[in-house]
Amino acid sequence: MKFSDQFESRFAEMLTHYPTKRSVLVPTLLFAQDEVGFLSDEVIHELAGRLDLTDLEVRNVISYYSMLTTKPRGKYNVQVCTNIACMLRGSDELFEHCKERLGIGHKGTTPDGLFSLEEVECIGACSWAPAAQVNYDFHENLTPEKMDKVLDEYKKKGTQ
Amino acid sequence: MYLIFMGDVTLTVDGKKVTAPAGTLLIEACKSAGIEVPSFCYYPNLSLQGACRMCLVKIEKMPKLQTACTTVISEGMIVTTDNDEVRQARKSMVELLLGNHPLDCPVCDAGGECELQDMTFSYGAAESKYIDAKNHKEEQQWSPVVYFDRPRCILCYRCVRVCGEGMDVWALGVQNRGVNSIIAPNQEDHLDCEECGMCIDICPVGALTSGAYRYKTRPWEMKHVGTTCTHCADGCKTTLGVRRCDTGMEIVRGDNRDKSGINGDFLCIKGRYAFDFAHHAERLTQPLIRKDGQLTPATWEEAFELIGKRFAEVREKHGGQAIGVVGSTRATNEEDYLLQKFARVVLGSNNIDHHRTADFPALAAALSGKPEMTASMRDVFNAPAMLLIGNNPTEQHPLLAWQIRNNVRLHRARLYVVNSQPIKLRRQAASSTQIPAGSEGKLAAFLAGDDSALDVLVGAGDSPAPDPSTSLSAGSRGCPSPHDWIALREKLRGEANLVIIFGSEICGNNIPSLVKFASAIPGAKVICLADYANSRGAADMGLYPDLLPGYHRVTDAGKFREEWGGVPEVRGLTLPEMVESAKAGDLKGFYVVGANPIGRFGVDPYAFSHSFVVVQDMFLTETAVMADVVLPAANAYEKSGTFTNTCGDLQLVKKAGEVTGSKSDFEMIVRIADAMGFDVRKLVPFGRTMHFDTGQSRGVQSGEADRHAVWLQAQGLEPKMSPFDPMAILDEIQRLVPGYDVSRINLLAGNDQHTTLAGSGPGALQNAELIVPAQDDLFSSGTLGRYSRTLNSVIENHHKEPAETDVAAD
Amino acid sequence: MASLVSHPDEVKVVSKRFGQGATSLDRYLELDGYKAVQKALGMQPDAIINEVKNSGLRGRGGAGFNTGMKWSFVPKQSPKPKYVLCNGDESEPGTCKDRLILQHDPHTVIEGVTIAGLSVGAHVGYIYIRGEYRYLSEIMHKAIKDAYARGFLGKNIFGSGYDFDVYWHGGAGAYEVGEESALMESLEGKRGIPRIRPPFPAVIGLWGGPTIINNVETLASVPHIIMGGADWYAGLGPPKNGGTRLFCLSGHLNRPGVYELPLGYNLRKMIYDVAGGIPNGRKLKAVVPGGSSTPVLTATETDVGMDFDSLAKAGSMLGSGGVVILDDATCMVKFAQRIMKFYQHESCGWCIPCREGTDWLKKTLTRFHAGGGIKKDIDNIQYLAENMLGRTFCPLGDAAAMPTISIVKKFRKEFEDHLEGRPCPYKEMGVVQESTVMAD
Ligand SMILES: Cc1cc2nc3c(=O)[nH]c(=O)nc-3n(C[C@H](O)[C@H](O)[C@H](O)COP(=O)(O)O)c2cc1C
Ligand code: SF4
Ligand code: FES
Repeated sequence: MKFSDQFESRFAEMLTHYPTKRSVLVPTLLFAQDEVGFLSDEVIHELAGRLDLTDLEVRNVISYYSMLTTKPRGKYNVQVCTNIACMLRGSDELFEHCKERLGIGHKGTTPDGLFSLEEVECIGACSWAPAAQVNYDFHENLTPEKMDKVLDEYKKKGTQ
Repeated sequence: MYLIFMGDVTLTVDGKKVTAPAGTLLIEACKSAGIEVPSFCYYPNLSLQGACRMCLVKIEKMPKLQTACTTVISEGMIVTTDNDEVRQARKSMVELLLGNHPLDCPVCDAGGECELQDMTFSYGAAESKYIDAKNHKEEQQWSPVVYFDRPRCILCYRCVRVCGEGMDVWALGVQNRGVNSIIAPNQEDHLDCEECGMCIDICPVGALTSGAYRYKTRPWEMKHVGTTCTHCADGCKTTLGVRRCDTGMEIVRGDNRDKSGINGDFLCIKGRYAFDFAHHAERLTQPLIRKDGQLTPATWEEAFELIGKRFAEVREKHGGQAIGVVGSTRATNEEDYLLQKFARVVLGSNNIDHHRTADFPALAAALSGKPEMTASMRDVFNAPAMLLIGNNPTEQHPLLAWQIRNNVRLHRARLYVVNSQPIKLRRQAASSTQIPAGSEGKLAAFLAGDDSALDVLVGAGDSPAPDPSTSLSAGSRGCPSPHDWIALREKLRGEANLVIIFGSEICGNNIPSLVKFASAIPGAKVICLADYANSRGAADMGLYPDLLPGYHRVTDAGKFREEWGGVPEVRGLTLPEMVESAKAGDLKGFYVVGANPIGRFGVDPYAFSHSFVVVQDMFLTETAVMADVVLPAANAYEKSGTFTNTCGDLQLVKKAGEVTGSKSDFEMIVRIADAMGFDVRKLVPFGRTMHFDTGQSRGVQSGEADRHAVWLQAQGLEPKMSPFDPMAILDEIQRLVPGYDVSRINLLAGNDQHTTLAGSGPGALQNAELIVPAQDDLFSSGTLGRYSRTLNSVIENHHKEPAETDVAAD
Repeated sequence: MASLVSHPDEVKVVSKRFGQGATSLDRYLELDGYKAVQKALGMQPDAIINEVKNSGLRGRGGAGFNTGMKWSFVPKQSPKPKYVLCNGDESEPGTCKDRLILQHDPHTVIEGVTIAGLSVGAHVGYIYIRGEYRYLSEIMHKAIKDAYARGFLGKNIFGSGYDFDVYWHGGAGAYEVGEESALMESLEGKRGIPRIRPPFPAVIGLWGGPTIINNVETLASVPHIIMGGADWYAGLGPPKNGGTRLFCLSGHLNRPGVYELPLGYNLRKMIYDVAGGIPNGRKLKAVVPGGSSTPVLTATETDVGMDFDSLAKAGSMLGSGGVVILDDATCMVKFAQRIMKFYQHESCGWCIPCREGTDWLKKTLTRFHAGGGIKKDIDNIQYLAENMLGRTFCPLGDAAAMPTISIVKKFRKEFEDHLEGRPCPYKEMGVVQESTVMAD
């Protein structure tokens, strides 16, 4: 199993930060997922081996964290916060809008593999609600119109 | 849990003063005062969870209710375990659990034995508050023996902990979170594990169920019989659930939920499921007599008459030494004792042997004058330090492995392993040292002080390098140096109360060396590992051509001569010698009780073509097929008596199952003696008129002994009115076999009694080549294993071909 | 992104370097950076602890425990290494302040962590940043690297002979991991299941060593206290409620944003003066004063000082500083449902009352709001929440129960208005999404 050099150097460095190997697990899983797209059986097995864990232990951890996934998803993961602060400022409509626009539901992926959609809990943008994250990028003070623009941008970027 | 005794603490629980050692958990302190605090997740000796919140109690000065399972008692604490607030808390927990729990109690295996049912009953939470749909999850089959009904799971995490902490298998985990949390096995949706079934047993509800028992019966329809497992030599107590069936009594379940034995609640796959050989379709249920070259069904009368006549003829014409007898490592002590007595007294021959898997005679001889130097299975859980030489307990002695692991985990005992294989117990070892296979004897010599043995041990370079993470001197890769070895020996010498456990790798002259080493360590004790359920008993009961019960030499029969009238003084034939004798045409009769020497030793079956062969067995084994008469035998689950485990713990065997058409070996031996015209009263001292006194050998005043006997009689425990009553022979064993004079009342009450191993003087050192390990692993069990559907299905599931060597043991 | 606002009433302490390029170490030094650590290096550990104790600084993560006091619980001698753990898992709905601190002033956090370490004799500090805040991890990554390069971190910091390492650590999406003991589990590479307490982290924490755990804002306040002195800081707020805090104003407001105001600042003023009042001519209905876990206040209960003690007296909590404003068109049933949906999704599942309680409450509230409610449900919701309160393994159960109890109690009429198949009377809120289960 091959990861990028950047991953490897970060992994090697992180191991020196803690007294136990498995302490690097959670951030490492996220880095691996960023690279591979999802946590495949192969990734799980590889990391388990490196950290002296069983595959089961790694799976147990993965399934606990909501950002980690063992299933492939779109290139751009659109995460609409619908928690209270966003809800009060129209996130439900925003999420409905995304569903219609992308033609997929919660945790769905568009057939072209470009977008996934997810309704998420508070992402720490309450004072700039409603907000969404596409992968790690924040988009705030959204309206359906602004959301369309954001999605257009990504579509352009993704199909170039 | 990890108690450090710092004196006692006194607290008040429900107005009662309770005193317990400092460090005790409140839930245990309450229990000790007879106050039951309910719990699901708390389980003694497993890590604390505080997850089920059933044990909430009121502690004065604390604003919130506290969990008794995680609270350590403190001086002056005032606790209320039962007031309105506490009851309401518990009631609401049960209500919440029932919310998503399927109410399929009428068909659930755990119905009637379910802790959730009991709690619901206690706290009156049966009324449902919810109108929304329950969450549903599919049932899964994890292995041939483990099913998981996911919605029934209440997430107490007992299974996860017993598998990980108790078994060191770690095959279970928790996946997802919140209400989607679920117990998950290690291979997607199935298990890769030791299949011990501990998870099933420990499950408080019917979420984990056994493939063997599922949907078979209701708990209250079974009779429960606590007996001793018939598989390996560790002697777990197993409670068998039996119910009537067309052919007698069928065993449907094995567990030990009442934790009443040396194994606590532990059982391995064999103890828990592998009773199914008893109802195998090929089980013999009728005597067979060879007629015109064919084994043909016959009546018992015919069979006994024929055997009696032929054996008597041989004895008259050629003398008793023309008959060879092979005893069983799975028969009871009483049967083995009776069999050798039959050989010696009825046939007048010392031609008796058995399948030896350990060198007990050498051990008995070495321990001469130090009878207290054997450790019991319980000692293994409490010893401060243990030395394991050879063997792989995880596979061959599952209970022993459990005791070792849990002693290390719960008491921080130190385990030293020296062997040639990377066994799993090295994970618990404080130090593990690799030696070349076959050099175990040299190790014994070195430990005893012979430094010249170091050459072989240090030359271990050819063998695979030891696991660096656990090797003797941390950080040193490669093999230990002479310096390391001497340091190890010094360390071991400094361990008080060391328990030394050794496999069959150590036998013959190496045993005295090891005992010499042990004798120099204060409180040290030894355990010699044999392979079958009653291997130790067979040895203690004198299934040897040169040794009487208790390792008395036949040339020095002493009290046996007095008691039995006469004992042949020439040593008899060993099993291989019997084969030779048969080949030479000298052995005219061959009597095999619960053994399979043909299969086991690859003996040429035609060796016995001129002998009259009688075999008592459950199945047509390789030995039985060449017999002239085959008698269908009962197995250990179908009769009563005692077993001695490899440590020397004497335990009761009780009749649970029954297959119509079979008889116990005991009865068959007596009947054969009778058919030979022998006065069976001289064989089995039964009936009121017999002059035995259970008290005498214990040195008790005769008056007390009488009261003891009277008490037993009054309780209906020991009528001994029949020549087939093994208790009558047990009397004789207790009287004549040194070390067996244990408390009968405790034994009858179901407790293990440690016998001591005391040779009556230097015994004959036996030929080490006679010792042939059974080579069973977790999923095999000699002949019994071959006929166990469960074990075979698990072996298939694990994609392991049953190895050639697995079959055809005793 | 996360634009800054300001108001004349603000007292800028923690936010004083916001928007001034302080992520650059040189700029940070120009803005008096790393002076506090150097000062602390010249102080006795007990003196640091006393300074923080006397400043009246109380935990900004939620519980509001006196920070200096917490540090004083760390045993002086310990066979195991001691640690400082900075809690940047910020996930409490309504809260978005740690994000600003990490974004604009990462070095202050490093300083705070270092000073905390000095006060207890720890040599390693971790800054745990929630996984969603990846860009903040990168900012922190650079800040730490820069500090090492100058010898502000690592061996012999500032030539003092004291070694101190700081690492950042990333999460991967879990609210419960913000709970201090779950945070340690997560940092150790495990599922975020809280630990049994006692023992508390100050005695047995990360890898068994004594551990200080504090919120980002708490630790970011420490350098200012060291520089300005305990008396100055304590004097900013009412007694026992020292200093300022970053209030995250959100919801139905004209000028939502994060404002730094002294503790004890009046809530009404905060809503109407600072945040510009309620838009669209609506009226105030309710306020969540300290993140979604805190009991709601009605419009008539808002004449209250925003400090720990005053809010406790008013039957609520200051919590995490997330102030959410609800106008009179808001459906409180829907609001309660959304809060419960959050806790149901975030419950770690360890203990029965939280795992099952949040699920049944969510199911019931969802059905209820969709028009399927029956009368008995209202009491049942109350009953369920009350039976969770104080009985769960960690405070998440309380966090789910407290707002629910307050909403049912204070807005019972709105529940009754939903009965008998009546549709939600506050349609503006839109339809409730049918309970999408977010965890797999
Ligand atoms: C469910 C739950 C979630 C929490 N989440 C956070 C959080 O995201 N950030 C935080 O600083 N504290 C959080 N806390 C509080 C922490 O447990 C802890 O009290 C805090 O980090 C201590 O720091 P402080 O004393 O500086 O407030 C949470 C507590 C609970 C019970
Ligand atoms: S460990 Fe041995 S005695 Fe115990 S159950 Fe297993 S086979 Fe039977
Ligand atoms: S027994 Fe105490 S919480 Fe389960």
